[in-house]
Amino acid sequence: MATIRIPPVLRPAVGGEREINADGENVGDILRAMAVDHPGTESQLFGADGDLNRYVNVYLNDEDVRVLDGLDTAVGTADTLVILPAMAGGAR
Amino acid sequence: MSPSGAEVLRQIKDRIEEVDPATVREQLESGALVVDVRQDEEWATGHIPGARHVPKSHLESRIEGVAPDKSQRVVLYCASGQRSAWAARTLIEDLGYESVESMTGGFTLWKDRGYQVEVPRFMSAEQRDRYSRHLLLNEVGIEGQQKLLDAKVLLLGAGGLGSPAALYLAAAGVGTIGIVDDDTVDLSNLQRQVIHNSERVGVAKVDSAEATINALNPDVKVEKHKLRLGPDNIMDILPNYDIVVDGLDNFPTRYLVNDASVRLRIPVVSAAILGFDGQLSVFKPYEGPCYRCLFPVPPPAELAPSCGANGVIGVLPGTMGLLQATEVIKLILDIGNPLIGRLLMYDALAATATEVKVRRDPHCAICSRDPDEISDDELGVFPDYEAFCAGVH
Repeated sequence: MATIRIPPVLRPAVGGEREINADGENVGDILRAMAVDHPGTESQLFGADGDLNRYVNVYLNDEDVRVLDGLDTAVGTADTLVILPAMAGGAR
Repeated sequence: MSPSGAEVLRQIKDRIEEVDPATVREQLESGALVVDVRQDEEWATGHIPGARHVPKSHLESRIEGVAPDKSQRVVLYCASGQRSAWAARTLIEDLGYESVESMTGGFTLWKDRGYQVEVPRFMSAEQRDRYSRHLLLNEVGIEGQQKLLDAKVLLLGAGGLGSPAALYLAAAGVGTIGIVDDDTVDLSNLQRQVIHNSERVGVAKVDSAEATINALNPDVKVEKHKLRLGPDNIMDILPNYDIVVDGLDNFPTRYLVNDASVRLRIPVVSAAILGFDGQLSVFKPYEGPCYRCLFPVPPPAELAPSCGANGVIGVLPGTMGLLQATEVIKLILDIGNPLIGRLLMYDALAATATEVKVRRDPHCAICSRDPDEISDDELGVFPDYEAFCAGVH
């Protein structure tokens, strides 16, 4: 069980929550558990091949999981996952 | 009858260490701390190169900021060697400094010997007043304020982020502020774009921003670029500036600015906002990651809504723009810890700030290459950014 921080663009898909909890031993399991509970997040996080979309960064606490073990990175109960897609903002 | 000032001074000179200018000159080369205790006007006409200025009128309150280690040797000088002797006595007997010397003959003798003299850049009395709160800070001082006045900062966008950034950089005395924006002021902008106002609706944003800046600080030169940045003009504009403030509203231009700034080794202070959330980082080429190290690929449109579609709380770009201006000032003054290799995420509703590490990507398409390896033919030739960003997924 770990905490996942949800970025603004994904909050509608998780019922508006900023933080949710999900079960799993590693990053991949936890994100897939979240996608099962909130199907709207599936396509935004994962590509057709089951890998994390390249335009989404996931951090275990403050470290990008891509410099750790990617989706296999182990996660403990005190850990937080941060999902970060790029933002552009703007008026258009 | 109490002794005269001259007699007391003679006694002081017997007690303290005095040192000849020739020795001070040698000591300077090995990094000695030399402190000029003369008044502001005297310092302004010329001083010993590398000396720090602590006027005798503020000696007791400011010397510890300049010489925090009381065991370090300090050499004091004034115009002729009298005030520095008095000052040396104060440092030794009142403040506990262990190793203080007074230079005989003072700056007058130094000049007579023909030694090198540094003349500070002229700061008017009005400027000293305007920037007085900066001058009081150890981290800024006269030298720091001169750096700000000499700095050239380019703001990309005079909108939500650019407005507060421009205001505070102008207030700080950043001498040249370039602004790139081809838009005109719209009523819906005024909820957050505070450099503009109700009388400027319909006016070009660069003109509106210039008017506000001129009224705030006439020291600032505003360079207006009323255009949209693109591959055809970016290399004409960017090289004229030391730092870029990215307040852009679209991905193609962010990647364009990133690539150009890496090639030119110009740091970019980049922020992005949406709703109640902001992100901020500093991309300093080759010292830290670039934008592509963080986001090698832009998201599809549905994952990157605009504020026009989604809304933004007016204070948020104010907060993030100010944080951008803060990072710019830290870079110019070379103080503090800029957000290089760090991404700050601010959640206005929760009032929390979180940070994640951003690493340089060893396979980054742009910054894993040495800019000198890129030929002149390649400079200014960019892949088709619009198609790149539009075509993903």
